[in-house]
Amino acid sequence: MAVIKERVMKYVFMLTATISILAVLLICYFIFANSIPAINEIGIINFLFGKIWDPDQDLYGILPMIIGSIYVTAGAIIVGVPIGLMSAVFMAFYCPAKIYRPLKSAIELLAGIPSVVYGFFGLVVIVPVIQKIFGTSGKGVLTASLMLGMMILPTIINISESALRSVPTSYYEGALALGATHERSVFSAVFPAAKSGILAAVILGVGRAIGETMAVILIAGNQTVIPKSILSGVRTMTAHIVMEMGYAQDLHREALIATAAVLFVFILIINLCFSAVKSSSEREGKKNKKKISTEKGDGKEATGNEG
Amino acid sequence: MKAETQNRGINYVSLKQKLSNYRKHKVSFVIMLLVFGCMLITLLSVLVLILYILIKGIPNLRPSLFSPVYTEDNVSMLPAIINTVIMTLMSLGVAVPIGIFTAIYLVEYAAKGNKLVKVIRITAETLSGIPSIVYGLFGYLFFNLALKFDYSLLGGALTLSIMILPVIIRTTEEALLAVPDSYREGAFGLGAGRLRTVFKIVLPSAVSGIFAGVILSMGRIIGETAALIYTSGTATNIPKNVMGSGRTLSIHLYVLMNEGLHINEAYATAVVILVFVLILNFLSGKVAKKLKN
Repeated sequence: MAVIKERVMKYVFMLTATISILAVLLICYFIFANSIPAINEIGIINFLFGKIWDPDQDLYGILPMIIGSIYVTAGAIIVGVPIGLMSAVFMAFYCPAKIYRPLKSAIELLAGIPSVVYGFFGLVVIVPVIQKIFGTSGKGVLTASLMLGMMILPTIINISESALRSVPTSYYEGALALGATHERSVFSAVFPAAKSGILAAVILGVGRAIGETMAVILIAGNQTVIPKSILSGVRTMTAHIVMEMGYAQDLHREALIATAAVLFVFILIINLCFSAVKSSSEREGKKNKKKISTEKGDGKEATGNEG
Repeated sequence: MKAETQNRGINYVSLKQKLSNYRKHKVSFVIMLLVFGCMLITLLSVLVLILYILIKGIPNLRPSLFSPVYTEDNVSMLPAIINTVIMTLMSLGVAVPIGIFTAIYLVEYAAKGNKLVKVIRITAETLSGIPSIVYGLFGYLFFNLALKFDYSLLGGALTLSIMILPVIIRTTEEALLAVPDSYREGAFGLGAGRLRTVFKIVLPSAVSGIFAGVILSMGRIIGETAALIYTSGTATNIPKNVMGSGRTLSIHLYVLMNEGLHINEAYATAVVILVFVLILNFLSGKVAKKLKN
């Protein structure tokens, strides 16, 4: 009896474990199967590289939205990565032990705030400021970049902080012993050793920025033209889907689903890059550890700020 | 390094020494300023965001915003709050058992190097990278249209449960892996089967780790908008049953802003969402502390 139960439960566990596989397959099937007819009808070149989106005239070019997503994501990286990396350096190498916990929970809070609240904040604070400074509508690439840059901060900080911490202390100590300053030791010895972990943080930030919907929709302006300057309005692929899905019919609707498919492909590529970088960083970590273990007795735990 | 200066060890550097050192190395000084400046920007963005919304929003919290039925006049958010709670419970009710069972399979049952395990890991990673709007569209196409749920809380909850599945799997897996092998060996040695060991010994000792994952998922559910707008819809009141449409708090905020008529009520809604997030953050801090001990 007990043996049968054991055996049955083993298969129950195994079957539930396959649900996540099933979910991915279903998502792929529903998104791609629903978008292929539209792409065939519009023509893949016209769809991906068409500059005009006008469903009334049967023109379904999503190039403005693709470029919009790329601009906004690039802007978010330009804003978020330097600030995030420097903050991670602060957390790993400068932070007094006493204020480490509060700072860490502040960063965690930044990660926990819902995107719609960010969007709201952007709408009532950042948009009016940009409006005043530049005299435009205030909604556009710049506003969205600032907002998204702020939103990806916790991702960048947390992942690169742990990458920096996983570098053996002897790197830092060695540089210090050679007469380098604290800054120089951190940026010339520890930083290069953590580079693939930092790259992974950036890639994850890109994924978060490109998939962001609700914050962007409220502050980006949403015009379906390729933006001419960083102040002009922009529509991302994500915003595009949300804005028009509510009333779209037939081919128009399928073209929106196809937009989601394009977005999905972008995300899959980013995911692939992420896992490639992650596995290389794991290999690097092992290599670093091996080096240390040969210099016997040096494997003392890192900077000791945590907790 | 900070820890060492506090202990006044052999390599203690006084502030004066530090400053003279920086005078010699100007670039280092600039970099140090940059590091501090960037951390300040990060900290300020958290503080400004939270304080701004709290200060502007709290005066707008009128009792009429919490009347049991939404009307055009009172713009009540109580139905949205209740919908959010229902949505959270339903999504967790589906995702938590599946996530825990999956993690049990991955940690306790699967042999090392098992192909299935590899595939599950890859799919879980893929799931966690999919943007919420793609989930929303999938939920709309699959639950609402193919399964004919129409706009319904159930459709929304099932969509969200797929979305939070990778979080639950990952945190449970970590919690199970943290249980020392001696626990399992002890149970086996006393003659318990694998099943009994898992449920009586391993799971109870992993409970707070699993709880951390649940809190994390609750935060995502409460904040989710894009995945719900086309699955559970934007109806303003509490539906009669789970097959009816109803908006959660985040959708309520989004719709209020989109209409642009009720900006004060939007502030109040943002405050309530923030309070939920703050409570969850506080809880997860507690759990993390407990885990460390």
